[in-house]
Amino acid sequence: MEAVSEFALVKPASLDAVLEARKANPEAQLLGGGTDLVVNIRRGIVAPPVLIDMTGVAELRAIHADAGRLEIGASATLAEVAEHAGVLAHYPVVAQAAASIAGPTHRQMGTVGGNICLDTRCIFYNQSEWWRSANNHCLKTVGDMCHVAPKSRGVCFATYSGDLAPALMTLDAEVDVAHPKGRRTMPLKDLYIGHARHDGSGTGDGKHYLALKPGEFVVGVRAKGVSGLRSAYDKIRIRKSIEYPVAGVAVALRRDGDTLADLRVAITGTNPRPVLLDGTRALCGGKLDARVVKGLDDLVRDQIMSMKTTFTPGHYRRRVAGVLARRLAEKLFNN
Amino acid sequence: MASVVELTLNGRKRTDAVPGNRLLLDYLRETAGLTGTKTGCDGGECGACTVLVDDKPVLSCLTLAATVSGKRVDTVESLGKGGALSAVQRGFHEKLGSQCGYCTPGFIMASAGLLRRNPKPSESEIREALGSNICRCTGYVKIIEAVQHASALLARGEAASP
Repeated sequence: MEAVSEFALVKPASLDAVLEARKANPEAQLLGGGTDLVVNIRRGIVAPPVLIDMTGVAELRAIHADAGRLEIGASATLAEVAEHAGVLAHYPVVAQAAASIAGPTHRQMGTVGGNICLDTRCIFYNQSEWWRSANNHCLKTVGDMCHVAPKSRGVCFATYSGDLAPALMTLDAEVDVAHPKGRRTMPLKDLYIGHARHDGSGTGDGKHYLALKPGEFVVGVRAKGVSGLRSAYDKIRIRKSIEYPVAGVAVALRRDGDTLADLRVAITGTNPRPVLLDGTRALCGGKLDARVVKGLDDLVRDQIMSMKTTFTPGHYRRRVAGVLARRLAEKLFNN
Repeated sequence: MASVVELTLNGRKRTDAVPGNRLLLDYLRETAGLTGTKTGCDGGECGACTVLVDDKPVLSCLTLAATVSGKRVDTVESLGKGGALSAVQRGFHEKLGSQCGYCTPGFIMASAGLLRRNPKPSESEIREALGSNICRCTGYVKIIEAVQHASALLARGEAASP
């Protein structure tokens, strides 16, 4: 591990002070628990001149969760979300996703904002400066080629692996973004632009994976409660603690008598963005039978594009994602 | 650019000027001279550097020293009192929860943090609470027995604190 680069630390106590600090230091990066950013600083991946510590901003630490609505501030810790009685009771998919992140000590430190905006990962990126320079760097940093897909023509395939995003996306969550002139709210799924396509639609890839403009930052997430919605999160990883997911799956569904009335599935750890599967509503309207299982598997196969960005092969992660989606859907439907 | 950190370190108030990029781990070992906290992976993957901040376990290798200003920081040096081992220290000693010993300060602090908020944890709660720590010697069984022993010592009043 390299020596820690030089940077100044600013500790604002209010959102206004954060905005001022950002204005004074346009190159600054926001610091939550540091469980990802400080590691990247120590590996020489990023070297921001200024860090703005968000954990002291009291107005961003609140969690509100009842049957009607869910609101979580960006500086709430993952442990606080995982243990919150209202989140556990009404939004189990979010509590389960939070409880599955890294290990217990990491969750005391890590924040919701940090997990939502978690930097994309790749075996060619999350390495020491020495390792990366010996490999001629890659697109995600200062290199000119993607080692995962050498013919990618400028597209970076680093993988998004935050766990909260897919959970929240199954609840149609929105994200609140602050900027110097005010705030804006957008669907959480639109925050993630890592489509890894160069089709002129203004989308991004593993390097440009968030729809935030310069000066913007996430201040919180919100969702409405849906009566009768059942939800759960599960993931596979190499060991049951600390590791990032091989694949993580969030499922939310409604059952009306014997009918699958609604189905939403979101997947992380596979693409440069968390993927809310398109086409799940076409599977609704009947029993959860072999047709639905096959349809779900087809959607995963079509939309999940896991590449060799981790030590587990891409085709294995795609199969795991499909199996988890089916298991969760059947469990939720039958219980 | 230095900032002032005022903290309660192992029960004593202390004030230091630290650079913004000083890690809590380096502050404890180099500035405060408390070398019981170990440097392991330096990347948040092993838990050897675990200390308690306001009774909650944190990884000191990923925590900036300036962010703990106004808080209580406890390291492994804080546990023994006047030569008497704490419950968790006795547990690791008497149940052989330590072999090479390198991960032990981190395991002891994560365990002390658990017993401070839950003095009678179940085995699964112990396993869960130690999920951020890695030991390459013991196979963990003896470590879990050590924490169960510490919990029993506390329950029987044979140790004053975790």
